[in-house]
Order: sequence, then structure tokens, then C-alpha cells
Amino acid sequence: MKLYTTASTPVLSIRDLCVDARTPEGRRRVLQDVSFDLNPGETLCIAGESGSGKSVTSLSIMQLLPKASLQIASGSIKLGDRELTNLSNHAMRSVRGGDIAMVFQEPMTSLNPVISIGTQLTEAIREHQGTEAGKAEAIALQMLDAVHITEPIRRLTQYPHELSGGMRQRVMIAMALSCRPKVLLADEPTTALDVTVQAQILKLMRELKREFGASIILITHDMGVVAEMADRVAIMQNGRIIEQGSTLALFERPKELYTRQLLAAVPRLGAHAGTDGPPRVSPQAKPADVPAPSPVLVVRDLNVTYGSPARWLFKGNPSVSAVADVSFELRSGETLGLVGESGSGKSTTGKAVLGLIPFTGAVMIGGQNIAGLGARQMQPIRRTAQMIFQDPYASLDPRMAVGAAIAEPLIIHGLADKGERDDRVAELLRRVGLLPDAASRYPHEFSGGQRQRICIARALALEPKLIVADESVAALDVSVRARVLDLMLELQETMGLAYLFISHDMAVIERMSHNVAVMRSGRILEMGTRREVFENPKDEYTRALMAAVPIPDPRDRQLV
Amino acid sequence: MAFLILRRLVQTALILLGVAAITFLLLYALPADPARMIAGRSATAQTVANIRRELGLDQPLLVQFWAYLQGIVHGDLGRSYAQKTDVGALIAARIPATLLLMAAGILVEVVLGLTLGIMAALRRGGPVDRVVMMASFVGVSAPQFVVALLLLYIFAVTLGWLPMSGFGTAAHVVLPAATLGILGAGWYARMVRSAMIDVLNQDYVRTARAKGLSSARIVLRHALPNALLPIIAMIGIDIGQFMGGVVVVEAVYGWPGIGQLAWQAIQQVDIPIIMGVTLVSALAIVLGNLIADIIAPLIDPRIRAQ
Repeated sequence: MKLYTTASTPVLSIRDLCVDARTPEGRRRVLQDVSFDLNPGETLCIAGESGSGKSVTSLSIMQLLPKASLQIASGSIKLGDRELTNLSNHAMRSVRGGDIAMVFQEPMTSLNPVISIGTQLTEAIREHQGTEAGKAEAIALQMLDAVHITEPIRRLTQYPHELSGGMRQRVMIAMALSCRPKVLLADEPTTALDVTVQAQILKLMRELKREFGASIILITHDMGVVAEMADRVAIMQNGRIIEQGSTLALFERPKELYTRQLLAAVPRLGAHAGTDGPPRVSPQAKPADVPAPSPVLVVRDLNVTYGSPARWLFKGNPSVSAVADVSFELRSGETLGLVGESGSGKSTTGKAVLGLIPFTGAVMIGGQNIAGLGARQMQPIRRTAQMIFQDPYASLDPRMAVGAAIAEPLIIHGLADKGERDDRVAELLRRVGLLPDAASRYPHEFSGGQRQRICIARALALEPKLIVADESVAALDVSVRARVLDLMLELQETMGLAYLFISHDMAVIERMSHNVAVMRSGRILEMGTRREVFENPKDEYTRALMAAVPIPDPRDRQLV
Repeated sequence: MAFLILRRLVQTALILLGVAAITFLLLYALPADPARMIAGRSATAQTVANIRRELGLDQPLLVQFWAYLQGIVHGDLGRSYAQKTDVGALIAARIPATLLLMAAGILVEVVLGLTLGIMAALRRGGPVDRVVMMASFVGVSAPQFVVALLLLYIFAVTLGWLPMSGFGTAAHVVLPAATLGILGAGWYARMVRSAMIDVLNQDYVRTARAKGLSSARIVLRHALPNALLPIIAMIGIDIGQFMGGVVVVEAVYGWPGIGQLAWQAIQQVDIPIIMGVTLVSALAIVLGNLIADIIAPLIDPRIRAQ
């Protein structure tokens, strides 16, 4: 592999790094001959899909690989002229947090819930710089100020649960930069954040890089983030770096087929401007049905409140309005995209629509109001309305064969006898692009995308008219995501399904929807056809949401 | 806060009422006749009937229960059939000894359980882990009277290091406390181990490692408080188990606490004492839960906030 070389000495230099995983079947290589340099003041993005070895690379640099399962087999990691791979644990401790600091993906779980923000900030400063408590606290305050946290003094005595996700990630960044590291390793630092918060954090990282002079390794799956942030990019696949180069060159003249596929699969906001409805994916199918006169789903003044009043002897929970006065209609063959950030009430709306949580207002499925129906009365209605969940790993029983999982709804509703069931399962599997012999296998034998296909087959088993898809592709890699979305579009065209498509991802919503509703704080702010909402957004929040989406084109970079 | 305490007091009163009712009914459903036990084998039917009237045992059950409840409200737990003295005073005299034994037992189980549990979690899958898990399994499953007799045989009879039974010096408390603590230690070691393994895999422990903190600080400051949270919630239940153990251990070692009192009362069908000890034990469990509820927010700011 041709190495990227520059005149200045790299801060961090990795050569031929190989990492093995210990499995019951023996050793398996998970990183193969990874080599790259990180130059002073540079942002290097390591991009790739899940399982490509991005995180293993960063944990190797920190020497934080879980000893029981992963081990560096060969290669060198040099920080300046110091070799890290054979450093003692004690010596490595001064590197961690001192010379190389790390920011992780999950701000919600990456801070210790029982230790105050102040202590979590100062302990690293005291560890590495030997400063006494008062001075360390002063530095901590400066850092909180540098990451633009409001009321920094008050934050020192607060605990993580009192801070929002975005603020926690700011604290993580403050913590990482507090000892003025040479290298900042950020592993998917914005993946768990809302898009508007992501934009703020990315801006902050660019700003702090200049201020603190750290070099950054930014690990991400999001090519939009890469285009926004990177000076140089390394693309990883199956434990190898298959291509690296300057950002412009890589985006405009990708050499490898995989890089080209990856870039092609990236959804681009605005890609469907000027057209009505989602693209047709099955030319052989009959043209879209004329919308049925009566809608499949009508929602009127839906309200959901969480919490319970305190009753004598029992503690109450404070009551919170999760969804307020939501109304919409959905016709067969159509998709309503429900978009919003976390806490906007979009998932709660999806659950209420299927009668999975208590609500007030009216929800009419196929003309029947489901408000106040008992489990028994709901059962026939559940046949017509099904759900596809976010996490294809958690929503399939690991001990149930795929065929049995798909047949289960048929059994519950007493729809098919044993022989018919097997035929039905085989047909459903073919329908979602899997082989019928998948029926006898178990979920762990399938990839994330295949599992989501299985979940779709399960949802289709009862021939529903309405499917609520809650972040159904959020857990999937971009290339897999595109194929699952195509499958959903094709099923809609051929079966006339109505989708209530819930997502935080503007580009996915744009691709899938006929109509779009933008939610915030439990209310619909703006609703209309996709063209109305995306090409002429009326609400300020909708515009802010769209502006915050990183554009996967380095020439469109929003420079600060 | 005031409302919380008030609610807790009402809950406690209801629990004690429930315990009183259940124990009372169960005890009177026993085939044994306390009057006959007191009168002795050779007593005439007339004597037995007199005793029965004297104790109020000829009254209908509900009347007896109502009288008993009225007594409790006035702080009167009744009079012992056998010893003819005030049950409240009898129990009060025994409580210090039992508290001493429980404190020593809890110290053994917490120190032993925490240390072994943390060691096993840190050396997960290794020989230390396996030995600890095996030992804790034995500790949890060995009946207490067997452990007690084994310890007596080794340390009192064979080695002669510690006294067989009795009360008074520090040496007297060692074997009973160890017997009580071993069961709990095995239990705690397992709980602490699994909680620690869980916590050590959390993202915030990875953050602490990435900050370059020492292993000691990571384990004791970052991991342990989080691992203890689910365990603290179990203290109340633990005290219930402990009270059961106290009866056995006090009987075996001749420890003059309320367990021994209960043991003697059971043999004599001395119902007022059995009732009294049961109520005191129930109160101890309620208090244990209260202590857990007080400690948990000290460690966890998320509970403090509510």
C-alpha cells in the first residue's frame, strides 16, 4: 500500500498493525496491516461500516483492547518516537488522557452517574498534571467555558443525569482536552446526538482544534461528517484500510470500488427535489393506486401523558405530556414520514397509534376507533396494523428459529394450519429477498440487514394494511439501509401498504415519504406533502433541522 | 420529605398489623394447648380450665386478637405464660446482645463478601474467581447449625482457641459472628461479583481507563459505588434472613439474645413471647429497608433528585 507522506514528522504513526480476536474456534484476524500517519494539526477521519475495524483501531492506540478477546499480534504504534505497543501499563497510563485523549460515542453512558461533573473533570487533571484540588478546579472551569457550557460553576457540582446529551458530550470533550493532549481520538462522537446538536459539537471540535492545537482522529460511519470535518480520510473495510487520501481527492476521485459504492449509498438531502413521492423501484408493478377514498389510519387530537399521580401510600411520577393534539391521516399506498429529534414524541405517537400505550383522542384503523379497546377487541385490528422496530438484534428471539418467528403471528391469529404455514413462511422469506431455507436457521446466523428483512417478513405475515416503522433502518449501515428502504418501497408499490415512517434522519424521510410531519416537543409543527415541507419549509425549526444535516460533499463545507 | 416520613410510618404500621394478624392466627391454629403446657402433665382438668380463663384463652379468637392489638398500641406486648413477666421487658433486656451479634455478623459478611466478590470480578474466569465461587457456593448452601458445629469442633474443641459458648468477652463473639457472617458473605460475594462484572463493562469505566486513572481508583471510586447500588436495595431482605440465622446461632452458642428467647418460647408454646419476637423482627426488617432507602440516595444522585 502506498503511504501518505508529508514533510513534517507525524504525531502518531501506525505501521502494519494487526489485531487478532480470540474465539472458541481459534484466532481470527480483525485488523490486517493497518498503516497511517497523523500529522500535527490534522483531522484524519477513519470511515467505514460496522465491523470494519474502526473502533478496534482506536482502542489499540489507547491500549484499551479487552484483554480476554482482542490482542495486538504485530505492528507498531508510535507517538512521536515513543513505541506504545510494548509500553508497561503504568507508563501507558500517562499517555492515556495525557498525550492521547478519547471521546466516545455514547454521552449518556460514558460519564459516571454517581460522580459529580467537577470530580470527573478534575481527577484527570490531578492525575496527569499533579495539580492540587483548587487549581485543578480552576482548569476544569476554564475547560467548561471553552466548550461553551452555560453556568460552568453550577455544572461542577451537578451530576450527569442533570445534563442533556449534547452538554454531556461537551463535558466529555472538555475532559479530553483538559490535559492538552497531542491527539484527540473521537469515536463516533456525534452519532448518538440529534442532528442540530451534532452540528454544534462538530463546530466546537473544529474551533477547539485550532485553540488547543491537537490533532484529531475522528472515527465515523457518516460520510456527511467526514466531508464536513476531515483533512484526510482513511476508508476501512473488513479490518483493512483500503484507501486513504485527502478529502477532496477521495470524494471526487475514489479509486476503490468499495469507496465508490459507499459514497453512492449515502443518502443526500435534496436528492429527490422536484419529484412527488418516493422513487418507484419496481417498474413492472402497476402504477400507484388512486388513493383509496377512506384512509387506513385517521388520528384526531391524540394526546399521551406519561406519569401517574401520587396516591396515598404509593409514590407518584411527575406527569409529562409526551404527545399533544396530534392529528393526521394516512391512505393506503402512502407513506407519512414522522420526523423529529429525540424526545419529540414521534415514537410515542407510533406506539399510541397501535394501541400499545394508553392515549386520549381518536385513532381510527380501517374506520374503527381503537381508543379504550381491550386486548381481546384489539386482536383483530392488530392483524391490519403491524410494526417494524429499530433494533433488528433485540427484536428477534435468539432462541427461536426464523421460520417460527415469522409463523408466530399466523399461529396467534389462527390463520393457517401446519402445512400452509410452512408454505406461507417460505413465500414471505422470498418476498423480502431471503432464501426459504432461512426458516430453519437462527437469528445470530444473519447480518443486521438480513435480520431487518426477517422482521419485515414477520410484519407482513398477517397481510397488514398499515405498518408503523419506527427508526427501522437507523441501526443499519448505509449500503444495507439503501437496500432495505428499496425493499420497503417495492412492498408498498405491490401490496398497497401504508407506512407511518418514523425517523430522525431527514434524508431517509425525504426518500420514503409522500407526506411529512415535523414533530417537536410532542406537537406537529409543520405537515404537508414532501415537496412542500422539504422544498419550501415554513417553520423555522424545520429549516434549522435541514440546515444541520451534514452534506456529504467537502466543497459544501460549512466553515466556521 | 415530611410527607415521605408520614407515608413510611403508615406503611410500617400496616405491615406490623399484617404480621401481627398472621402470626396470631397461625399460633392459635397450633394443636398445642398453652394452658396444658403451663399446668404440667399431672394437672386436673379444673386447673387447666382455670389457667385458660386466667390467660383469657377461653375468649373467642377475635376478642383475644382485639385485646392484643389494644395492648400493642399502648406499648404492652402482653405477659409471658411461662415466666409470668412483661414480654416487652424480656425482649428489651435481650436486644443489646442480639444487636451486638448482628453488627459483628454483618461486619464479617460485608468485609468478606465485598473483598471476595471484587477479587473474583477482577480475576474473572481465573483460579481466584473459581475458588471464591466454589467457597461462596459452600457458604450459601451449608446449613447454619452445621457450620456452627463445625466451627465449634475446630476452634473450640480441637484447637481450644475460642470459648464454646457464652457471652461477655470479645472472644465469645467470634464464632457466632463468623457462623452468621459466612452465609451472608457467600451471598454477598456472588452478588458483588456479578454486579462488578456488569459495571466494569460499562462505558464510564472505559472512560475512566481512557483518562489514565489508576486501577485502584477505577475499581474503588468509579466501579464499586455503582456496583453497590443494587446490593444496598437488598439490605432489608438480608436482615430478614439474618433474623432467621440469629435464632439458630444463639441457640447453638448459648448467646443470650432474642433468638434464644424465641427458641425457648417455641418449646414452651409461650405465645406472647413468640408474638413479641416476631413483631420485633418484622420491625427490624422494616428498619433495614428504611436504612437501605436512606443510604441509596447518599450514593446515587439520581435517587436524590426524586
